[in-house]
Amino acid sequence: MSDNKQLQRDTAVEALYAEAVHWHINTGDETIHAKRVGGKWRRFKWLTNALWLILFLGPYLRWGDRQAVLFDIPNRQFHLFGVTILPQDFWMLSLLLLFFAILLAVVTAIAGRVWCGFFCFQTVWTDVFTWIEEKLEGPPAQRRKLEKAPLSFEKISKKGIKHLLWLMIAFLTGVGFITWFVDARQFWIDLASFSLGTTALITLALFIAGTYVLAGYLREQTCFWLCPYARIQGVMVDNSSAVPTYDFHRGEPRGRVKKGQKSDDQTTGDCVDCNQCVAVCPTGVDIRHGQQEGCIMCALCIDACDIVMTKLDRPTGLIRYESLDTLSGKENRPLLKRPRIWIYGAVLMLSLVGIAYGLSTLEAIEIKVIHDRQPLFVIQSDGSIQNKYTVKILNKMTEDMDVTVSATGIDGLQMAGAEKPIGSRHGKVTPRTVFVRVPRENIKGGSMSLLFRAEGRDSSGQPFMSERQSVFMGPD
Amino acid sequence: MADKNPFPGENNTGHIWDDNLRELANPPPRWWMVAFWASLIWWVAYGVIYPMWPALPGSQGFTKGVTGWTQMKEYNEGVAEVEAVRAQFETKLAGLSAADILKDEGLSAYTVASAKVLFGDNCAACHGRSGQGGPGFPVLVDDDWLYGGTIENIEQTITGGRKGVMTAHGNILKAEEVDELANAVVAGKPESSPLFLQKGCIACHGMDGKGMAALGSANLTDSLYRFVPQNDQSVLESVKYTIMHGVNDPTDPNTRQAVMPAFGERLSQDEIKKLAVYVHKLGGGQ
Repeated sequence: MSDNKQLQRDTAVEALYAEAVHWHINTGDETIHAKRVGGKWRRFKWLTNALWLILFLGPYLRWGDRQAVLFDIPNRQFHLFGVTILPQDFWMLSLLLLFFAILLAVVTAIAGRVWCGFFCFQTVWTDVFTWIEEKLEGPPAQRRKLEKAPLSFEKISKKGIKHLLWLMIAFLTGVGFITWFVDARQFWIDLASFSLGTTALITLALFIAGTYVLAGYLREQTCFWLCPYARIQGVMVDNSSAVPTYDFHRGEPRGRVKKGQKSDDQTTGDCVDCNQCVAVCPTGVDIRHGQQEGCIMCALCIDACDIVMTKLDRPTGLIRYESLDTLSGKENRPLLKRPRIWIYGAVLMLSLVGIAYGLSTLEAIEIKVIHDRQPLFVIQSDGSIQNKYTVKILNKMTEDMDVTVSATGIDGLQMAGAEKPIGSRHGKVTPRTVFVRVPRENIKGGSMSLLFRAEGRDSSGQPFMSERQSVFMGPD
Repeated sequence: MADKNPFPGENNTGHIWDDNLRELANPPPRWWMVAFWASLIWWVAYGVIYPMWPALPGSQGFTKGVTGWTQMKEYNEGVAEVEAVRAQFETKLAGLSAADILKDEGLSAYTVASAKVLFGDNCAACHGRSGQGGPGFPVLVDDDWLYGGTIENIEQTITGGRKGVMTAHGNILKAEEVDELANAVVAGKPESSPLFLQKGCIACHGMDGKGMAALGSANLTDSLYRFVPQNDQSVLESVKYTIMHGVNDPTDPNTRQAVMPAFGERLSQDEIKKLAVYVHKLGGGQ
């Protein structure tokens, strides 16, 4: 590469960023009507959009005689297919949240705002809403014309149908959300008989309003000004993250193609300044200004540019997934040499292992033992030492169960208070106060360990057991 | 003014200072204005629905709001809610004796939970927060009872109070006699000393020295003492002190003080019943 050429490119880059100074950010005073074009990323986007069908259809899956996945908040039970998780197991939820938080970080570090561009409900719902808009009102130019047009029957009917469809989707979104928390079949029955509870009604109203306003009106403004994740993800991207990028080395200086021009006497860069990338952008940014906060990295501009490049017989990929490092001629650090990948990967693995451990060791009954600390121990008239414990039996099964509690670990210990089996109620914690007495001569040191065990059988005769280590305190 | 404006087309207000400093009329974004007016409406609606201070101009104090909401009202509703839950248990408890309550697992669990406050208010000052006793005050969590540890005994003790008496023997016994008796008691075998019989200890503490629940006399054979040695006192010294100065003996100014006040007047029958169950369940009930 000659010095002259390099200089030319550098000035081109300078000019590029000089332009950015005058870049206008849409603060919501105009509606962005993005053009829709086909392409592989568009197809991919429909696939990722379709993932959200789970929200609508998931609640209708059944498992035995109940909903397969149900977050039953009033009864404090979380059904996940065959597993029922009680609040006591909710530490796994924090691991799950950690997993998704780190997943967001690692994906963003590797390929930018993939969540924003392909999976986020704001993006997906906006995409579907504008798709409906296009089907009813036509491509962007027609939509702008219709907006300016005086009120007419045609305008009212087009707009009316659109808003009706939007509201219907908003309604279904609300139903989709709520039915994860209440039984889906019962919800429809209650809805039809006007006997929905206040909570469900308010949630439904909020979802209808939220969906309608956020996807119908606020759209990209949400990503610009409301969403914190948009900004957080900005700091997760570094120079080695491959994100939709305009190759300014290849594209600049821009020049419009003239009729009959041959590729040989091309004096300008590959960018023909057709502005297709801006026209298709759902957030109205110009990718040629480089990475910016408004870009949700949905890759639709890649489709648009590739179409133009193919038509002009130039190589595609003027806008492509590329990192700043490779773009500036540096070698991209391999994935495995980036400490982030290792650290994020380790946290991901840890949280997954934790969840797997939690799910595989879910006990049907769980015993907790709380040693009474005031007083730590009591001397009895025969000189023996007595300790008081509160034993709590958590029964996670669907039936009540008689549980026998025993303690072992110290010679000659006697337990009072649990002679009869404890009737533990299902889905509840049953507490019981027990006293453990140990003869003076068997006391060794101020603190001795003691093992409590709860045992029971369900109606089919299957045994369940849970153990808990505790201490027995005595005089030194 | 518009015709004199030297900066046309930039939407300024016409206020210009120092040749070129001017005020632009940039409206806030639409969403901001919507939020602004929405909060104003919210504020007005809130003032109409809920109490508002100060009141509207011309009136004093505060407006009550159309719903008549007050914190006290909400508090009372909360209390009523709790009372309603308690009522199902309380009505059952009213018709039962303390012994009956003990037999019912659910009711005794409720009683233990609800009598905790009663215990804290009336008993904890002397007997400790958890009945672990205090300097000079009996432990309620062990199995050693002066007046018996059955539920009826406990109920009776709370209702009528207790005041045990032991004569001060400082002037009656010689120093070596006190020594001998005290050593026998510390050894757990008071009857091993002939003095135990001769000096009339058996009258209250019994032939075997195990005490009599009817009199509230202490069991001298077990390993627990009604009066636990204080500070650096040895057990022997403590026992000698009790023998010499007695308990609640008005003739000795240094006598041990041991008075359990009567709660029959202060607490209702039901409350005493609950407390008896609570104490019985502390660990030593018989």
